[in-house]
Amino acid sequence: MPTIRVNNLPRDVVSPGDTPLLYVLMNELQLKGPRFGCGLAQCGACSVLIDGVETRSCVTPLSTVGAKSITTLEGLPQDHPVKAAMIETQALQCGYCFNGMIIKAVELLSTNPQPSEPQIRTAMNGHLCRCGNYPRIIRAIQRAATPATPRATGVALGVAR
Amino acid sequence: MNTRRNFLKSGGALLIGFPLANLLSDQASAQTRVPTPGPPAANQIDTWLAIHSDNTATFYVGFAELGQGNSTALLQIAAEELDLDLTQIATINLDTHVTPNQGGTYSSASIARGGPQVRTAAAEARQALLKLAAARLNAPVDQLRVERGIVWVNGALNRTVTYGALIGDQQFNVAFTGNAPVKNSADYKLVGKALSRKDTPAKVSGDYSHLQHLRLPGMLHARVVRPRGQRAYGAGAKIISVNEDSIKSILGARVVRKGDFLGVVANTEWDAVKAAAQLQVTWDNPPALPGNDRLFAQMRAEKTEDRVVLERGDIAAAFTGAAHVVSRTVRGPYQMHAPFAPNGALADVTADSAHIITSSQDVYATRRTLARILGLAQEKIRVQYAEGSGTYGHSCYDDVAQAAALISQLAGKPVRLQFMRWDEHGWDLYGPAHIGEVHVAADAQGRLRAYEYHGWQHNWSNVETSEQLTGVPAAEWPGAAAQQVSPLNLGSMYVIPNLKLVNHKINVQGYLRAAWLRSPLDLSFSFASEQAIDQLAYDLNQDPYRFRLANMTDERWLGVMEAVARIARWDPRRANATPSNANVVTGRGLGLGTHLQSWGAAVAEIEINRQTGKVLAKHLYGALDCGQCVNPGIVESQISGQLVQTASRMLLEEVKFNQVGVTSLDWNTYPVMRFEECPDTSAVVVQRLNEKSSGAGEETMAACAAAIANAFFDATGVRMEEYPLTPSRVLAALKR
Repeated sequence: MPTIRVNNLPRDVVSPGDTPLLYVLMNELQLKGPRFGCGLAQCGACSVLIDGVETRSCVTPLSTVGAKSITTLEGLPQDHPVKAAMIETQALQCGYCFNGMIIKAVELLSTNPQPSEPQIRTAMNGHLCRCGNYPRIIRAIQRAATPATPRATGVALGVAR
Repeated sequence: MNTRRNFLKSGGALLIGFPLANLLSDQASAQTRVPTPGPPAANQIDTWLAIHSDNTATFYVGFAELGQGNSTALLQIAAEELDLDLTQIATINLDTHVTPNQGGTYSSASIARGGPQVRTAAAEARQALLKLAAARLNAPVDQLRVERGIVWVNGALNRTVTYGALIGDQQFNVAFTGNAPVKNSADYKLVGKALSRKDTPAKVSGDYSHLQHLRLPGMLHARVVRPRGQRAYGAGAKIISVNEDSIKSILGARVVRKGDFLGVVANTEWDAVKAAAQLQVTWDNPPALPGNDRLFAQMRAEKTEDRVVLERGDIAAAFTGAAHVVSRTVRGPYQMHAPFAPNGALADVTADSAHIITSSQDVYATRRTLARILGLAQEKIRVQYAEGSGTYGHSCYDDVAQAAALISQLAGKPVRLQFMRWDEHGWDLYGPAHIGEVHVAADAQGRLRAYEYHGWQHNWSNVETSEQLTGVPAAEWPGAAAQQVSPLNLGSMYVIPNLKLVNHKINVQGYLRAAWLRSPLDLSFSFASEQAIDQLAYDLNQDPYRFRLANMTDERWLGVMEAVARIARWDPRRANATPSNANVVTGRGLGLGTHLQSWGAAVAEIEINRQTGKVLAKHLYGALDCGQCVNPGIVESQISGQLVQTASRMLLEEVKFNQVGVTSLDWNTYPVMRFEECPDTSAVVVQRLNEKSSGAGEETMAACAAAIANAFFDATGVRMEEYPLTPSRVLAALKR
């Protein structure tokens, strides 16, 4: 029985090694952050952080995860600057893409705490929002990165390494 | 008090896996009630709301939260009339055994149609509460004051009682007559305020349960097996052979079949996914479709059912004597809903009952078709709504509900069916293609004199794929056609003495499945109409804004046009006044339009690379008058989203299909707008608190489509005849 490390806790799972990590997180561990969108790594609905790197769990076989540290949306505290900024800017409509949006923004700010708008657009380009809320999401990420918010430099806290 | 648990017990089918308190973010306080086959009597106040002992309220809203924020706005209306704070009121998900039937959550109807019902029900409940309070406090009703559900006698703050103490968790037993007086808009404390949405925190935390998160006890995972990409509507998808042995290697996986309806069930989701991919099926592949290449020629050659939608004046005479005439023919493609989450459904069907959970826009309508398919009476079927992703109209939610129900019935087990991306993209009900022919005339002074429009499109499809595959013949939308040539978008904003609108309906059989897509044909209507108006302004050497202004008198249309011109800092000049031969040229354009009764205006600033043909929307501005706007923050977000989605549809989106079937099956073969090319947006709501609320969910898209087309002309001096404005189409147009 493999053990994986999710949100800083060891979790025993029974799925066979070829199972995409998404189904393990969603069905075995009953997590609601990563969710199904395309199963093709095209949209970002299923994103998780693996050792701090945004990863499409829908095409990541369980067997490749090993002892790496997996962080899901629910592993990021609710007062995380990215989450707080998404609420403050009322950035979402249906919210289904927001798992990936938040995960990717956290990864971006952990490597580039003060991204320019073009840098935000480029980094986020692999994440789709069918409601068309990109402008508000960009604003939210800028807000999360603003030096006026002291927590902004602490975003790596949310990324289990 | 955990009535949620009681609800689940009494509901018969337990949902497991995820804490159900979070089915809707605000359900921590929302309380359901003993489920009974509905719809509950609309003429009883108890059907609409319950006051709880802790001085909170549950309002049983009959509209689905589709991501647009209507659940917050409807509660704002209810809280306003009840004198409650927004934190004191919650709602539950639609449920044919609990919530009233307010009709479907489509056609931008939540606030326009549902708002008045919610408002008057809340007002009548408040009236009943004040009557109780008057007796309890021994004071006349007109001496009572209320805030946050606390009632007191004016000038005697020690004489108080709460709603909860008056009636907490008991029935009103009061008829809903609709006669209780409602508040004057001048007294509003909540309506008209940009309050934060109630569902946002849970959606950000990861606590929110979407449909895709729900599980049933003892369920199997299911997938449908269909050809990748739908065939011609009515031609179905015929199975020649199925090799059930081909999934033998997957323990527990098995095939279910009824006619050409084919699915697999398995113990785990991954096994179901693998089984569906591995199952060897030979399908008949008749070349029954026109394909993209021959689509418009075939449509134009069809025998059509023609109807004059509107006619006034003497068209022929007006055109004959006109100083300026513009004639244009345009084409719009099939476009898809493409919800970000493919639809899914849970189904538990037994010999004499069925419990279905899906993301339907209309649980009662879904129940009707399920009754037919399952051979069960409607009252034996319970349909519950759970939010998926945004749906933008009639996506595959009914189809997936039918498929899940059929699979559960065939497998004899509860099932969870998740459509794969290619199921949703490939078997969607698309917004239909359109051909529009417009003629507009003005006199020498620039006054509009005549307007004629002919529109060709096929009808909506009325039988879902699952039902069709079981052998039920395909059928058209019954009665009058679905969306027709729409007066609202075709000339209604201008003063035009002579006008004729003609609808040419084509039978849907032999084309692709079609149904309501957000603002479906309106983009094509305004792409035709507003380009012709714009061209007249050009021919008359006038600024497009001033030309329109001179031909308008309706203050609602004038209001949105003025508002959008203001935020876009519109600077009057003739379009394409200084033609440029630079590689990259820029343009700005104006457009008016709507979907249903509302008033939308947009300005687009775009950039065109003449070498590559690439068009980028740089900044889009939208103004909307939806009458009384309950929550301007939510509506601004709606406008902004509509502008971005319209840019996506005008520049990128087109369903590709060949003679056999649809080939747009994922996000690579059906590209949509992404971050890097996304325009900036500016949105403004023209607030009219004393007017009736009208639609806000799809009423700036037509305007935006026209604005983009007119901006293209401003930049290039070329009129586009077909969208999306893809590089190859743009290069061809520029070479003309």
